[in-house]
Amino acid sequence: MISLILALAFAGMQDMPDTDSAQAVSEAAPEQPAPEPQRDPVTGELPVDPYEMSDAHAGATPFAGTGMRDAFHGQDGIRRVVNTMVDRATNDPRISEIFVSHDLVRLRRTLFEQFCYILNAGCTYTGRDMASSHRDIGLQIDDLNILVENLQAAMAQEKISFSAQNRFLSKLAPMKRDVVTR
Amino acid sequence: MNRLIDPVRIACILVLSASTLATSHAQDLRNGGKLLLTNGVSTIEGSGGGGLATWSTIAGNATQEGIGAQAHGTVIELPDYNWTSYGIALGFFDRVELSYARQNLDTIDIGTALGLGRGYTLNQDIFGAKVRLAGDAVYGDSMMPQIAVGVQHKRSSDDAVVAAVGGASPNGTDFYVSATKLFLSHSVLANATVRFTKANQTGLLGFGSATDTSHKPQFEGSIAYQLSRRFVVGGEYRTKPDNLAIAREDDWVDLFAAYALTRNVTVTAAYVDLGSIATADKQRGALLSLQAAF
Repeated sequence: MISLILALAFAGMQDMPDTDSAQAVSEAAPEQPAPEPQRDPVTGELPVDPYEMSDAHAGATPFAGTGMRDAFHGQDGIRRVVNTMVDRATNDPRISEIFVSHDLVRLRRTLFEQFCYILNAGCTYTGRDMASSHRDIGLQIDDLNILVENLQAAMAQEKISFSAQNRFLSKLAPMKRDVVTR
Repeated sequence: MNRLIDPVRIACILVLSASTLATSHAQDLRNGGKLLLTNGVSTIEGSGGGGLATWSTIAGNATQEGIGAQAHGTVIELPDYNWTSYGIALGFFDRVELSYARQNLDTIDIGTALGLGRGYTLNQDIFGAKVRLAGDAVYGDSMMPQIAVGVQHKRSSDDAVVAAVGGASPNGTDFYVSATKLFLSHSVLANATVRFTKANQTGLLGFGSATDTSHKPQFEGSIAYQLSRRFVVGGEYRTKPDNLAIAREDDWVDLFAAYALTRNVTVTAAYVDLGSIATADKQRGALLSLQAAF
């Protein structure tokens, strides 16, 4: 009973990735704090293992010209779309579980970079490629469709024309083979 | 009778393969996951499609993770006829579709002219099966369509009328291959289907004639533009055989608008030109279809 309360209190205290819970409880004593990952004081992100960075990891070639950038209201609009989409997805009871152990600060940044790069709005993509970033998530096609709906709702809220929404989705649609893993 | 394959045997194999799939997936079914409108609109022959033309899409809202179902009721008001159809279709794991539809053609005054009696109604039952072979209508390579093959076994209830108009048989089976793709970059869905058939007016006037009982390839094309997640407009063209000596048969054309009222309910309205039907020319009118899908 006491260990359960401790575990609950501990889980509520911080958002480090899953560790062995028995070990976590024993290390929760104040004398000996666990070596937990620290969020970067500037970016607010948790550290990740180093990996090679490339725009090719965005999974799609960017649009030519400025039409799509303008349709999405530039970087400000893209940032609003990404934030709205992540807010909706993480609050959507059908898929919110997927995001529980995720660094949402990093997710918002890398998604923004990916969308911004593909929409030719002046960004470099520094995230992982689609296959390795989704390998351990175990998404089903139903999850992806719900994510697409969340993205569509976010784009509609930004008042992006439906034809521009679909043009953007046409860049994302081929990524299904890397994103849906079961 | 020159049936290529016994349709009953095909149906048995399909039911068996579908139930095998169902058993292997029974652990964690997940239903209703398709994107809005991507299940299409049931055709008047009961298969998933675009209203008049059959598509390669699998009926119902389930993806590869579940089992879906779809029911439709359609009325077509024409100058000389009232056409109704209704039916159900099951979609198993976005792979196999089984369907049934009932078609009724109320001949009103033409019934008198043809000596059938006023308001004589021609009927047929249509049993359909479809298998998706490859591709994805929405995702994947933008140039790779979803491809499916299917059969529709049709049984007219009006043997005497079929014989009187010169139809060789009251029963027949259509075979088709269909390719469908949503070209997201243009918000356009396109479909092309080749149907091998000898049906006269889809089978309501029987199959083949005394002089011609062979299956002939016919084309069904649809093109649709997505105005929003819920709203699609488009047109279809369907060629048909012209087997009967006593009455000309024309190709079909429609212009449609489909609206998803909810995730489960789609209403479709169309202008249809069904050409000449059983000696009555210029059968142009309105189609209204209501569909419920899960």
